[in-house]
Amino acid sequence: MTSESMGWWGVLLGVSAGAVRGGTPFLLVSLGECLTEKSGKINLGLEGTLLMGAMSAYAFSYKTGSPWIGVIAAGIAGALMGAVHAFLVTRPKVNDIAAGIAMLIFGSGLAFFLGKPYIQPSAPQLSPISLGGWSDTAQIQAALKISPIFFLGAGIAFAMNWFFRSTRAGMHVRAVGDSPAAARALGISVERTRILSIVAGSALAGVGGAHLSLFYPGAWTEAISSGQGLMAVALVIFSRWNPVHCLYASLVFGGAQAVGPALQAVGVSTGYYLWNASPYILTLLVMVATCSPKRTLVGAPGALGASS
Amino acid sequence: MKHVFTAILIAMSMAAGLVTQAAEKEVTMGFIYVGPKDDYGYNQAHSEGKAGVSQLPWVKSVEEASVAETAAVQETMRNMINLDGATVLFPTSYGYFDPHILRVAKQYPKVQFLHCGGLYTEGKHPANVGSYFGYIDEAVYIAGIVAGHSTKSGKLGFIAAKPIPQVLRNINAFTLGARSANPKATVQVIFTGEWSMPVKEAEAATSLINQGVDVLTCHVDSPKVIIETAERRGIYVCGYHANGAKLAPKGYLTGAEWNWSKVYTTYAEMVKSGKTLAAGTIPHLVRGGLKEGFVKCSDYGTAVGDAAKKDAEAAKSKFMDGSMVIFKGPLKDNAGKEILPSGKEYKQQDLELESMGWLVDGVVGSTKS
Repeated sequence: MTSESMGWWGVLLGVSAGAVRGGTPFLLVSLGECLTEKSGKINLGLEGTLLMGAMSAYAFSYKTGSPWIGVIAAGIAGALMGAVHAFLVTRPKVNDIAAGIAMLIFGSGLAFFLGKPYIQPSAPQLSPISLGGWSDTAQIQAALKISPIFFLGAGIAFAMNWFFRSTRAGMHVRAVGDSPAAARALGISVERTRILSIVAGSALAGVGGAHLSLFYPGAWTEAISSGQGLMAVALVIFSRWNPVHCLYASLVFGGAQAVGPALQAVGVSTGYYLWNASPYILTLLVMVATCSPKRTLVGAPGALGASS
Repeated sequence: MKHVFTAILIAMSMAAGLVTQAAEKEVTMGFIYVGPKDDYGYNQAHSEGKAGVSQLPWVKSVEEASVAETAAVQETMRNMINLDGATVLFPTSYGYFDPHILRVAKQYPKVQFLHCGGLYTEGKHPANVGSYFGYIDEAVYIAGIVAGHSTKSGKLGFIAAKPIPQVLRNINAFTLGARSANPKATVQVIFTGEWSMPVKEAEAATSLINQGVDVLTCHVDSPKVIIETAERRGIYVCGYHANGAKLAPKGYLTGAEWNWSKVYTTYAEMVKSGKTLAAGTIPHLVRGGLKEGFVKCSDYGTAVGDAAKKDAEAAKSKFMDGSMVIFKGPLKDNAGKEILPSGKEYKQQDLELESMGWLVDGVVGSTKS
């Protein structure tokens, strides 16, 4: 490998590579949340689902020696968490925010409890897809080793967009989210649509966890998600319930996460707490910039948060 | 009357019997960790210490992992005292000290509270509180020597959690060790701001490697992610807290490790013989380095050269005979300000070093947040 220094190019490389590396969990969780919210329910528990996914992926990869079985296990664990949440919130008069917070605490507690034996061992990791063969710079080659989960997520983002726009099932999800009464009048089962959306959304969040434990940073620890699941929920609002926008927003958040370390590596060491907070500051700024007192948020499902 | 005397005698001998039995009773020690106890890091080091002292037949030990530095730790301490009957507590995380230990210690004056790393102040803090710590900077200095020999780019990286004195002391010792082997070496520091933040640690490691750093070390709660990232990128790494050689079979050079079982055994013996902090028979400040067996170095990895080993071993033997001083003049900080003039030095025991707020010349970074 070359050991030359990259200087300020390193900051640019770090932030753009960090956008993909660090943005992938945001992407999967926000897509899951987007699908859930489109059906008219909120799932704040995806932070717990992300942790369950990360833990299951690591445990299964370690036990079976195959990281892809880990990814599948993460999806199943996520779906199971989603099934519990879906069962709760489709009961009459259950508040989905409260149920979500309960699921968040339950999911992280369960992941920490079941994950105790897997903190120390090293599990086989997902092999990256290398796009940097054209470059002879070690740094660029390393930056272009991209997680397969990222491609999966990016593909799902476009597919989901098409699903909402052009398919019958997608229209049903939107109808249920916008006006459950009208959907019911059309003969669509509100409950069934919501359960399926929540379960599928949680499965996506679980797969996002697999990226954390099996690719980057590539370990199972209790601090692995550190709030990313919650930020992803805000990210859905930020991207106006549009799956493709979720992809862009995730990249921005992932990149913002990398700004602090990348700047310190070139010797800009003042204000690193501020830089580390940049993803959150960014969220606030976008929220302030796009809010309007005159109308509700464009794209928000009509029945979101209503207890029907 | 005679009967009464006999009865009293019997009662007294029985009471005496009870007392001797009580003295032979086990010592119950409680250990509290801020994170999981098998994290290849700070908590694992303490948990290994607990496992070591538990081998004594008369020691009963309880532990609780992942206890937050909030009122939760006060609750854990009370439970260990009231439910498990612990008479000595080791709440090991830095943030447990003020206000949590100080508050609970006032309520239970008979229990010994021993805190890892906190600075006990006589008169200001309750008399049943003490602090212990190891001069791990000695082992870090040796890791620095090996790192200085092993680097090709002359750029070393240090990923640190927060700019507190213990961390700065390690950064400085690592830098001085490295520069004793390679005077041109620099140490680039990244503060992550959190004790455990794997994503940020991986990001920091990646950024440093991209800037040409070819030996990494760290001071965070769990170095696992950093060691694995270094190994994946094919650079060298020095461990911290516990032995990380298994995580990086190719790139692991050496590392600074704690040896808490030695320390905990000493405390257990003091408590068993009836000594207390309040009476002054257990010292309030217990410190030690390589010589006292508080800290140790990981075995050298396969990548360590002979010159590095020779210099490292020479420094180690000077630590063992007590003639080694890490912080000696002339010493400047990285802003050019004089820390120590020529001929002056800080001995390891100097409390000045425990309130360190500067980075030595050769460190790229700043303590300003």
